[in-house]
Amino acid sequence: MTLLDFTILTAKVVLVMSVLLSTVPILVWVERRGSAFIQDRLGPNLVGPFGLLQPLADVIKFLFKEDPIPLEAHRFLFPLAPLFSLIPAAVTFAAIPFGDTIELWDHTISLQIADINIGILYIVAFGSLGIYGILLAGWASNNKYSILGALRSSAQMISYEIVLGASLIGPLMVYGTFSLKEIVHLQAGHWGVVFQPLAFITFFIAAFAECNRLPFDLPEGEAELVAGFHTEYGSMKFALFFMAEYLHMITISALTVTLFFGGWQLIPGLMSLAQGLGFAVYPTSLILSLLQMLSFSLKVGVFLWIFIWVRWTFPRFRYDQLMAFGWKILIPVALMNIFLTTLAIYLKWI
Amino acid sequence: MVGYSHYLILSAVLFTIGVFGVLLRRNLIIIFMSIELMLNSVNLSLVAISKFTQSADGQIFVFFVITVAAVEAAVGLAIIISLFRHKQTTAIDEINLMKG
Amino acid sequence: MWHNIIFWILSILCVGCALGVVWQRNPVVSAVFLVGSFVALAGLYLNLNAPFLAAIQIIIYAGAIMVLFVFVMMLLDLHHPLDLYFRFTKPKLPKYIVLGLFIWLLCTLILATAFPLAIPDKAQGFTVAQVAILLFSKYAFPFELTSLLLLIALVGGVVLAKKK
Repeated sequence: MTLLDFTILTAKVVLVMSVLLSTVPILVWVERRGSAFIQDRLGPNLVGPFGLLQPLADVIKFLFKEDPIPLEAHRFLFPLAPLFSLIPAAVTFAAIPFGDTIELWDHTISLQIADINIGILYIVAFGSLGIYGILLAGWASNNKYSILGALRSSAQMISYEIVLGASLIGPLMVYGTFSLKEIVHLQAGHWGVVFQPLAFITFFIAAFAECNRLPFDLPEGEAELVAGFHTEYGSMKFALFFMAEYLHMITISALTVTLFFGGWQLIPGLMSLAQGLGFAVYPTSLILSLLQMLSFSLKVGVFLWIFIWVRWTFPRFRYDQLMAFGWKILIPVALMNIFLTTLAIYLKWI
Repeated sequence: MVGYSHYLILSAVLFTIGVFGVLLRRNLIIIFMSIELMLNSVNLSLVAISKFTQSADGQIFVFFVITVAAVEAAVGLAIIISLFRHKQTTAIDEINLMKG
Repeated sequence: MWHNIIFWILSILCVGCALGVVWQRNPVVSAVFLVGSFVALAGLYLNLNAPFLAAIQIIIYAGAIMVLFVFVMMLLDLHHPLDLYFRFTKPKLPKYIVLGLFIWLLCTLILATAFPLAIPDKAQGFTVAQVAILLFSKYAFPFELTSLLLLIALVGGVVLAKKK
């Protein structure tokens, strides 16, 4: 591991982390204005042009507000719980490729922080560590509503994690590899959703439950359980939970795009558009990498908008409906998908 | 230079800490967690052996140990829950109904 | 060189978290320390070129078994009784001496064995494909038995913990 490798790795990490952390305020703004648009009202529009500086105002508010810690809360676990939520959500992005390779000073840099050959397993593993943030937050708050919300939320997350894992087996069988870089390369002809539509549907629905977003957000529903597991959390700690939720949304959208929608493969038509505008696009040029990153960002943006759209459109599931849906409907559908995929591979349709 | 024996010594240390927990704690759940720690120390030595003798059988063994540990944790915790419903305590000294 | 540094950092973390499991009075904090220990162990598996097992360790142990532990602790509302034996029995010294002797015995036995000299850095890790081929060919029967065992655990857990 030479110094140059180390510098390139650090640069990639810094780039990805800064893009992620700066997407969160943009997402907050899109959510507030987008929800206002759906609900036929204006959103925040006073702070900057079109309310664009609203997230900045939110950050300043979070920094200066009082950070309460309840008297009987557990001294060690209460501050630790938001970190347990934030770190897995941030770290999972390391395995997701956002572009092909770049050639710089005859050094091939792949636009992915870590090309782990167990990419999908790594993401599932760290996704399952996110449950601790919720459990420990609920328990350490020493508050009935928190603990109820935490128990419900973690039971929901565990059940839908099973759906997530089971729905990933179909694409795994089709692609034959765990490594996300290989998977994106294999989608050069047709995007993955053409081969695995059922897996995409179950995966996307489970993604909503994993991120605790409506229609699965009973645990943190505002009208139901005060605020669920983050009732007792004040300014900066609440901001960490908030950030963790949006980061988790971004990661799951990026994973959906990578597995089912071609990852950084160019949106059809983009290449001819760029060539029409006069850019010379040849393999491993910088322009191609930029186009790939742009395609990736646009696709992730579409899915993030779908997340926000669904949130402000549907009502909430009741808890028993939610668990019945996960266990009695989605898991059999995911298993059926595995069976159908096996049949298709055996009969050489795929 | 970290070699074979380093991993095995680490496994031995973890095993001893697990034994420490099982023998000297009174709380049932912490005893159970110490048992899991002992199982993990054995897993570590199996993986080290698998690497240094270049055979994948060690890793398969670890796979099965992890699965069996999951099974044991589930059933054990179910037993603890039903015990707790009877006796309202998790101290093992109190569970002495069958004592002669 | 990196392997050594990572080994020392992760092993100190692992032993520290294991000691934390055993020393804490509160079971939930013990569980958190145990999760830390498992994640450190997963890092050690990665150091030993076993990526599949590292991921499985985190998914199953840290992500499912320990969540089950924390769930049970939250459902049971434990008023942690004073661990009288551990803290307040005298004499304290003999138990530590005995455990120290145990560790010393194990370490001496390990260091005295002449393990065949392997060349660690050239040792190949095992990819998921190799592990899977072995699992489904040579060890197919235990694999199927394990699935039966999991079914038994599922039924047993429900039967034992059900309210009458």
